Amino acid sequence: MIRLPRFTYHAPRTLAEVASRLADAPGETMLLAGGTDLVPNMKRRQQVPRVVVGLKRVEGLRGIRNGTGFTIGAGTTLTDLVRDDRVRAGCPGLWQAAAQVATPHLRNSATIGGNLCLDTRCTYYDQSYEWRQAIDFCMKKDGETCWVATSSPKCLAVSSTDTAPMLQALGATVRLVSASGERTVEVADLYRNDGMAYLTRRPDEVLADVAVPPQDGWRSAYWKLRRRGSFDFPVASAAVAARIDPEGRVEQIRIVLGAVASRPMASPAAEALIEGEVLGDDLIARAADVASGVAKPMDNTDYELVWRKKMVRALIGYALRDVRGDDTGPLRRALARQSLLDVR
Amino acid sequence: MTTPRTIGQPRRRVDARAKVTGQTRFADDVLLPRMLHGRLLRSPHPHARIVRVDTSRATAMPGVHLVLTGDAFPVAYGILPVSHDEHALCRDVVRFVGDPVAAVVARDEATANEALAAIAVEYEPLRTFASPEDSLAHAEPRIHDYGDVGNIHKVVALEFGDVDEAIAGADHVFDDVFFFEGNTHLPLEQHACVATKDPDGKLVLYSSTQTPHYVHRALAKALDLPAAHIRVIATPNGGGFGGKSDPFNHEVVAAKAALLLDRPVKFCLTREEVFYCHRGRHPVLMRFRTGVTKDGRLTGVDLRTLLDGGAYGSYGAASTFYTGALQTVTYQIPRYRFRGCRVFTNKPPCGPKRGHGTPQARFGQEVQLDKIAHHLAIDPADLRLNIVAPADSLTANYLKVGTIGLAECIRTVVDRSGWREKHGRLPHGRGVGLACSSYLSGAGLPINWNDLPHSGVQLKLDRSGGVTAFCGATEIGQGSDDVLVACVAEVLGIAPFDVRAVTGDTDLTPVDLGSYSSRVTLMMGNAAIQAAERARELLAEAVSAKLEVPQARLTFAEGRVFDAEAPDRGLTFREAVCAAEARFGTIGTTGSYTPPKSPARFKGGGVGPSPTYSYTAAVVAVEVDPETGWITVPTVWIAHDIGRAINPVLARGQVEGSVYMGLGEALMEEQAFRRLPPRLSRALVHKFPSILEYKSPTSLDMPEIVTDLIEHPDPAGPFGAKEVGQGPLLPIMPAVANAVFDAVGVRVDEVPITPEKILKALAAKAAGKPARTGPAAYPENVPWPEPLHVTPPWEGGDGRASNTRASSGRKADAGIEATAGVKS
Amino acid sequence: MTDGKVRLRLEVNGEPVDLLVDGYKTLLEVLREDLQLTGTKHGCELGECGACAVLVDGEPILSCLALAVESEGARVRTVEGLVEHGRLHPLQEAFADRGAAQCGYCTPGILMTARALLDREPSPTPERIREALSGNLCRCTGYHQIVEAVEAAAAALAAGAASATPSAESGVATPAGPTPAGGRR
Repeated sequence: MIRLPRFTYHAPRTLAEVASRLADAPGETMLLAGGTDLVPNMKRRQQVPRVVVGLKRVEGLRGIRNGTGFTIGAGTTLTDLVRDDRVRAGCPGLWQAAAQVATPHLRNSATIGGNLCLDTRCTYYDQSYEWRQAIDFCMKKDGETCWVATSSPKCLAVSSTDTAPMLQALGATVRLVSASGERTVEVADLYRNDGMAYLTRRPDEVLADVAVPPQDGWRSAYWKLRRRGSFDFPVASAAVAARIDPEGRVEQIRIVLGAVASRPMASPAAEALIEGEVLGDDLIARAADVASGVAKPMDNTDYELVWRKKMVRALIGYALRDVRGDDTGPLRRALARQSLLDVR
Repeated sequence: MTTPRTIGQPRRRVDARAKVTGQTRFADDVLLPRMLHGRLLRSPHPHARIVRVDTSRATAMPGVHLVLTGDAFPVAYGILPVSHDEHALCRDVVRFVGDPVAAVVARDEATANEALAAIAVEYEPLRTFASPEDSLAHAEPRIHDYGDVGNIHKVVALEFGDVDEAIAGADHVFDDVFFFEGNTHLPLEQHACVATKDPDGKLVLYSSTQTPHYVHRALAKALDLPAAHIRVIATPNGGGFGGKSDPFNHEVVAAKAALLLDRPVKFCLTREEVFYCHRGRHPVLMRFRTGVTKDGRLTGVDLRTLLDGGAYGSYGAASTFYTGALQTVTYQIPRYRFRGCRVFTNKPPCGPKRGHGTPQARFGQEVQLDKIAHHLAIDPADLRLNIVAPADSLTANYLKVGTIGLAECIRTVVDRSGWREKHGRLPHGRGVGLACSSYLSGAGLPINWNDLPHSGVQLKLDRSGGVTAFCGATEIGQGSDDVLVACVAEVLGIAPFDVRAVTGDTDLTPVDLGSYSSRVTLMMGNAAIQAAERARELLAEAVSAKLEVPQARLTFAEGRVFDAEAPDRGLTFREAVCAAEARFGTIGTTGSYTPPKSPARFKGGGVGPSPTYSYTAAVVAVEVDPETGWITVPTVWIAHDIGRAINPVLARGQVEGSVYMGLGEALMEEQAFRRLPPRLSRALVHKFPSILEYKSPTSLDMPEIVTDLIEHPDPAGPFGAKEVGQGPLLPIMPAVANAVFDAVGVRVDEVPITPEKILKALAAKAAGKPARTGPAAYPENVPWPEPLHVTPPWEGGDGRASNTRASSGRKADAGIEATAGVKS
Repeated sequence: MTDGKVRLRLEVNGEPVDLLVDGYKTLLEVLREDLQLTGTKHGCELGECGACAVLVDGEPILSCLALAVESEGARVRTVEGLVEHGRLHPLQEAFADRGAAQCGYCTPGILMTARALLDREPSPTPERIREALSGNLCRCTGYHQIVEAVEAAAAALAAGAASATPSAESGVATPAGPTPAGGRR
């Protein structure tokens, strides 16, 4: 069996205590929520924190509260989200994103906070210590070179979270708490396009909750590409949120792509193309062309990158048709290997 | 004989209760007092000379009991006598990333891991051989100092009749190149073993092995111990599929450590290490040149295969022959030439996976038949029905076809699937494809060539009325214990639950060669029937005397032995055993099975013979999105000629499990490697040695499966049964490829068939290029020897070769009988 | 807490457990090694196969990813705890009768997952069963006999398990319902 490295474990009861633990040793401390990302990474020695702070017992971190929109505690599991009728009915894109993360078992443990902070992924990085030793390691951990593109000055590991692109498209914000105070940032500003420093969250900050603005008049959709109906991380995804008037004219739209860079990628150009227009087939095709231009998939996930890039365009089209109100059921069934209706 | 009461009835398998309660004791579940834990240090280099190993720091660490290196293992071993090329720990050279160089035994795994990190190994890197092309082009440095020439492990060439003449005289010649990517077994259970000394001081090894008999032999050789002082217990395997059929490094190291320390030592491999053990499907490049008459009959087939063998021999010599062995048992091929070449590369060794060596060439053959049918405008089902091999015949390469239900299988799937209304008639993007296959019901020759039985069964009956059946067969999930119990229960007329199976234990059970080549049901089953019939005779004689009823009138059924003409007159089974025990003393009988001799008398003819062959036909439906290449398989219809289903619940499970694994191979599974840029690195690593990235279909990825078992009892099989564990996998991959063609008109001439490849072929078609994705050519630089010429039976041949040179290189006469070798 | 031994109190299969475990261990390691409950299996230890699924407070989770220390106070149920009052659970009966366990290695994880499903949803559709089990890899069966067994268990539970299922010890139970051979799913 693969064994965890040794570490010191704390289980604080309050966010203040968490913040204080982080302040004690910010570079050497990691937060453990569901453990579905950190534990495998620790087993493979990709992340070897000296101190692990468990968030499971922190009061008030788990749950969904109504506010002006709704606020999701960072410790809310993805299963909690999937089972929440407000999310399912009011925010279908977020529901679709959460419902397609990993597997039912993993969603029972994995949290929304963990999914937002998910480590970037790469076939040269998500490997055991021994495997990485055989390639003389990589830039992201223990080595110098980015083997994805050996001349690259920065790490090209891929943002592989399903919920982040959707939450960015929804205009959500997160609250970050530290010993010195707290701040609220847009999900869009939580990320950098750098596989190593992919989060703007400081090492002494804990992500406390996610606020989703009111969804009145908004439609949303999330389309994910992966090889199998379960388990797999996205190798490309498209998140779309749009406000469409009764005549079908798009008043406002946000298109965000997942798993095509080290952060979720928005396409303002495609958004500008669509806003004020009716979503016709031609416009969808043109917008998909434009939006897919921001995708820069690299050869470090499942599937060939040229085809992944083509699929980004297709996914954007599916998501746009979805928010337009088309019956995308058969497409969904083919791509997701299920209707999604049975996810609970 | 009375109507069977157990055979053919859907039953709860005998080991089901253990499995559903978590009580089945797999190897890693063996917990012994004072047990220590071992770990292997594996090479980070694909090919390197070991200059120095310094274990001093590791040895000194608290909790470390033993550190071993290659020095402790001077004797080589291997599964085939012709390739004893493995040492438990590498001595001079490491040959792939993952090759073990040292071992630590410690109080727990965490301590052992820390000690591994403290071992310093100095390596001198050698040239990396990443592909067969590399190995064909560069003879030096040699990965092994044996093999036919340079880095070519094995070249073989066989010709049955004048193939060039047959092809020249054909109306059409089809010449196609195909590639089948390697893939691995991925049993859910990782390999594990526990070695210990028994109280007498003899070695005991519990291991997740499919072949305890061969592990027994390997331990005796590698550790230089008398085999009689070694006991190998095969724990039930948590899946095998061929991946646990070789003796493995960790087994030999654990045994050595337990002997040295006189304490139990456990090794349990990580999933990554299981990928390095591999022994899975060889990547095979192949070229089929086939002559065809205008009405779709084959005049001759000229097949070349190129196998990427990885770093060791394993079963590879046999695998090479198997790529060319079974083409002839499905269809009439009047003349046939087969040339196969296996090269060494610096990757984990390939070996036998479900279908062993035959699925790759089966893929090529079945896709080519689809191309032929399309070209000649003949329905692919009709084309095949016209050329099905005849029953009770000899093939061009001297394989004996007995019963053959292939035509019925084809008709069944054609009817069930609505093939006639669908093939060529569905809207663009939807299609159906058909393919067939055949597989051995056990290899006709043993690995260690001898005249001994392949399977033995002993029965113990006593006054309790209980029966214990002992057999060396190994339960790997396929239900071999259930077959054993069912055969004995049927003959003795008792309930299966009254028979206890003791299996896979070299101290307690007579030899059975192991769970490979789909041999267990047929061979163990026949041995079990013989043992049970002998017991029944003893009981019948005793009961006959006691009841004064002629033996011929006695019936064994429902736990009684009674007069068929006066059923009230009889004894309970327990009373019958008591009568026999009183009359003859302790009751014990044996049965054994040896396959019939093959009519093949040429070198290489040892691979392919079987007591009987199973046959399968499948129709696969696909939906392909022409915009993206995205492929969905909604339904598979499959019919399998099983002879007779011993337990239909399990038989159906084997068919559906084969379809599952076949779809994995068809659509997603790849044992693929990554070569880093050679100017920067020598690294050659497994792309993704994890269950997450090695893609295995989930419950959401499975289509509907419509299964038909075609039952016409085969005289060679126990109660008429043939194999069912491997054959049904074979048609799936080509049927998917053929369905893709039917759906969107392009050929994917390689496996796996992915959306990228479909889209590439569609793009090629749109650009006016050949509408296919696949390999461009078969290499010209394979140093083929002059083939062995064997005249087919219908041209007056007697099964012998008319010439003697069988192989190029230094060892022309050294015996390329792939499953044959030293006499023992 | 340190990297040494940690005191752990929890409930396993209805019984209180109080032990000292290595702080780096997962729940999986504690169950198999410290409590010798080897019915729970492991196939990857990275959350990629589902073999180690157990119920924690009624929900199936992967024990290979759960720190043992985080199970303090939890109610854990493993395959060893499926048999109650000396009787196999209807899921166990159905799995045994319908070929749902071939090698049996993924079986404990699947049984626990199915148990949680039926506890929450007594009569799931086949599609729902497939979704609920989509985190459990099985390399032997192709899943159909597993899905059928869960359906059959649901039906048996609905009918009153005690009267509807054959005895585990008979060894000759004949599955009811669809023909085992020539099945169509």
